[in-house]
Amino acid sequence: MPEARPARQFVDLRQQHDVARLGMWVFIATEVLFFGGLILAYCVYRSGYPAEFAEAARHTKIVIGTANTAILLTSSFLVAWAVEAARLRESRFAALLLWTAALLGVVFLSLKGAEYAMEYHERLLPGLDFSFASPQAHAVHLFFSFYIVATGLHAVHVAVGIAVLVAVGIRAHQRAYLEAYHSPITVAGLYWHFVDLVWIFLFALIYLPGRSG
Amino acid sequence: MTGTRRPPRRLVLSWIALLALLGATVFIAYLPLGTANTVIAMTIAALKGTIVAAVFMELRERNPLTLTFAGAGFFWLGIMLWLVLTDYMTRPNFPPHLHWGS
Repeated sequence: MPEARPARQFVDLRQQHDVARLGMWVFIATEVLFFGGLILAYCVYRSGYPAEFAEAARHTKIVIGTANTAILLTSSFLVAWAVEAARLRESRFAALLLWTAALLGVVFLSLKGAEYAMEYHERLLPGLDFSFASPQAHAVHLFFSFYIVATGLHAVHVAVGIAVLVAVGIRAHQRAYLEAYHSPITVAGLYWHFVDLVWIFLFALIYLPGRSG
Repeated sequence: MTGTRRPPRRLVLSWIALLALLGATVFIAYLPLGTANTVIAMTIAALKGTIVAAVFMELRERNPLTLTFAGAGFFWLGIMLWLVLTDYMTRPNFPPHLHWGS
């Protein structure tokens, strides 16, 4: 198996594994700033229109949002477990866990799609026949602009993550990863956990404000 | 089920803690606490994020180099939030004195 030996530029598999993981962390640092810029814009406008943002947030679907958060947290748990299983030479079992996590990702996207459809019918999606009967409609429009851009970009990340988990799962099922080398599973896992991390913050910013008002 | 197919205890406990925190944050969001609602929601989000990063992403087991790289993104994010928000939050205190065309 080619993976059993390190690539030419590395001393051993351990070093190759460390480098792969560090590279993923560099990518995640850029992603932190990418989503961070969006969240910053949200903070600026929310401090400018606190009451309007609370009013707008009340129109988001908290049941779907909460279910989706639980789904992503669970899928993250499964991926972390898959990394552990791969370490213990349980390649096929790791593949099963990765595919289950990917399936949960599909459920997440399906619920998100249903949510978008409901919001479209309530005329809450900017650019798609948006209409809100209130003098503060412009601020509600701002909130839902953030909502659609942030959750849309996040959904793209989830879709990429699903593809990566399925692909890595197939390789694990073929027992391509040995105990000494399971970087692809670890690195794919880091990406998936990061997508989960972003959602944790988006959930708190989008679904929770204004619920007690 | 063989021993190697059981989820490690730390992962199960983290998963349960994450779901419990999710339940707590949704419940607290419905209590009328004013601005404390936002503070609590963001604190719980940060707590959940810490669990994911420390346990699932295995940061607590990593060397200082990985921690530095992982922290770098948040460090620069902190600078960005800090500088931009000091600007927006203090603008009303420092109105611009423009002399264009006068």
